[in-house]
Amino acid sequence: MRGLWPWLAVFGLGVFHGINPAMGWLFAVALGLQEQKRAAVLRALPPIALGHALSIGVIVAAVLLVRISLPHRALKIAAAGILFAFGLYRLIRSRHPNWVGMRVGFGDLTLWSFIMASAHGAGLMLIPLFLRPAPSPLAPGTRPMDSHMHSTCGFGFDSFSSPSLLAVSVVVHTCGYLLVTGLLAMLVYEKVGVGILRRAWFNMDLFWMLALMVTGMFILFI
Amino acid sequence: MPLLRPDPTFYPSPRLAMQAPPEKHAFVAALNPPGSKLNDAILVVDVDPGSRTYGNRVGQVTLPKFGDELHHFGWNACSSALCPYAPHPHVERRYLVVPGLRSSRLHIIDTKPDPRKPKVVKVIEPEEVFARANYSRPHTIHCGPEGIYVSALGAPNGDGPGGIFMLDCETFDILGQWEMDRGPQFLQYDFWWHLGFDALLTSEWGTPNMIESGLQPDLLLGSKYGHQMHVWDLRRRRHIQALDLGKEQQMVLEMRPAHNPTKAYGFACVVVSLKDLSASVWLWHRNNGAWDLKKVIEIPAEPADPAKLPPLLRDFKAVPPLVTDIDLSLDDKFLYVSCWGTGQFLQYDVSDPFNPKKTGSVRIGGIVNRTPHPKNPNQPLAGGPQMVEVSRDGKRVYFTNSLYAAWDEQFYPDGVGSWMVKLDAGRNGGITFDQNFFVESSDYRVHQVRLEGGDSSSDSFCFP
Repeated sequence: MRGLWPWLAVFGLGVFHGINPAMGWLFAVALGLQEQKRAAVLRALPPIALGHALSIGVIVAAVLLVRISLPHRALKIAAAGILFAFGLYRLIRSRHPNWVGMRVGFGDLTLWSFIMASAHGAGLMLIPLFLRPAPSPLAPGTRPMDSHMHSTCGFGFDSFSSPSLLAVSVVVHTCGYLLVTGLLAMLVYEKVGVGILRRAWFNMDLFWMLALMVTGMFILFI
Repeated sequence: MPLLRPDPTFYPSPRLAMQAPPEKHAFVAALNPPGSKLNDAILVVDVDPGSRTYGNRVGQVTLPKFGDELHHFGWNACSSALCPYAPHPHVERRYLVVPGLRSSRLHIIDTKPDPRKPKVVKVIEPEEVFARANYSRPHTIHCGPEGIYVSALGAPNGDGPGGIFMLDCETFDILGQWEMDRGPQFLQYDFWWHLGFDALLTSEWGTPNMIESGLQPDLLLGSKYGHQMHVWDLRRRRHIQALDLGKEQQMVLEMRPAHNPTKAYGFACVVVSLKDLSASVWLWHRNNGAWDLKKVIEIPAEPADPAKLPPLLRDFKAVPPLVTDIDLSLDDKFLYVSCWGTGQFLQYDVSDPFNPKKTGSVRIGGIVNRTPHPKNPNQPLAGGPQMVEVSRDGKRVYFTNSLYAAWDEQFYPDGVGSWMVKLDAGRNGGITFDQNFFVESSDYRVHQVRLEGGDSSSDSFCFP
């Protein structure tokens, strides 16, 4: 089962990202209300998911690339520094992205979602999951626990090459994200109404940035 | 400090904002009459009928320097912070952004923790406005989804072009001119937008040099004041279309777009027509992708004894209505129209925006009539209905009586006075004076009213 946990974490972070109104579902609802068509809500979901996937994909790819050449310890320190600094900066200076415009097509929405996810550090949140050194095919015996897992489960992170790990992670994360984004968008559009924003739009940014800072410190001890 | 939940005065839609609790305080721009040595101020008026000080001034903040001439001010943040494309709902509606129209100085005023004791927390000096925006005479403030928009009547030297500049909504730093491509636009007055259509509209008064020494009859009779509206691409900051009302329609002032973001129409008022001194309200609307105009209300001049008219109007033997402000209730149902010349205040049902129906009317003041307020039925009043503000629930309407210092003297040469009144509006139309609400001031002239928590011209919405 241990090989499954990183995937659940990747998926779970997707779910978590999807909950945030600023990350997509609210824009889909607004477009539906503006056109007074459910189809407009649904039409907004693919580009919003694509933009999100690209944003986290870039970060995960960067980590997978860097971990080949950088010693594990240096990688951990660098990642911890980036997470902590980003969280602190956004906590102190909570600037929101300066996007303007409701009349958006596929490309606009993809770009918007990419910007929103990046500005919130969505991809950064996944970094700790990918910090473990890449499995070395030349020395299978050096990590007996892992090779044991490998043989019994076959779906742990270590059983994937970097490119396929990147692809599968992005897909799994985006599935979690899209599932929640789509569900919330339809629920609010069809049933609940946007009045819920007044009561339930908690300041996730505050929590989010604190989480990034804590994760950054935590990395140093794993 | 950021809030944990959205500011309770932010509403996603105008429909929800109508359920807001009644306001308890009104903030009123107060300017010093010519000859007075007072610095301008923001007055706080108690508008809570349950309070012992109802209908009285209960506080004020005096500005640090002399000669600002306060006009239209606005909030640092409003319901547009909930807009999905640049959401930041955990800021507070707290600071008033208050421009001095004559001084070009901007003030940031903190209304918390005690709304009766507001404080100036930041002053942006005119030199900074000139240097960073290359504009002067800031006039109207709107809180946009991603920053504060300020209209300005002209360039630093007092000529045109006028335009819009941006302020950062957290630091209040001037970010620079808004326009990327202004096309033929030169004159500037009011502006607002249709957020659902990425459209911004502006109107035209005159450059500072055309207005600051008073209304100039030769410019007016030569049709030199503004007679156009301009449509802009809000996102690309580009001029799209000029809408000409005709050269005889002089001074296109206040713009009130439908609050519902799915509706692409709105109303603008014209002060005077050179043809017959009438005033009018025009509807702009989107028609097959382009924007179009229709005159939907015309208010005729009233014949008058020349002996009762100021020198400026004596030859015309009539008093012009001079529609100088309008306001639209949050449900886009009732339009209120101030006739500063005749002293009429009108209410129209604009459920069908192409065919307004008059549903209410009162009179107070006026160049000729000098109609008293019911609280003091023997006291003739100068000035007339001017800046109007409607409560979010649409049940209360407030207005004040002064226009613009240099122009007040021309139309009311024996003094414009200073008063603020309140009307009660019926659910299905009809307006009556609240007999207990008559705020008279001997020290200041009063201009724009902003209601605590928001009103019908302070917020914009991204959800219907």
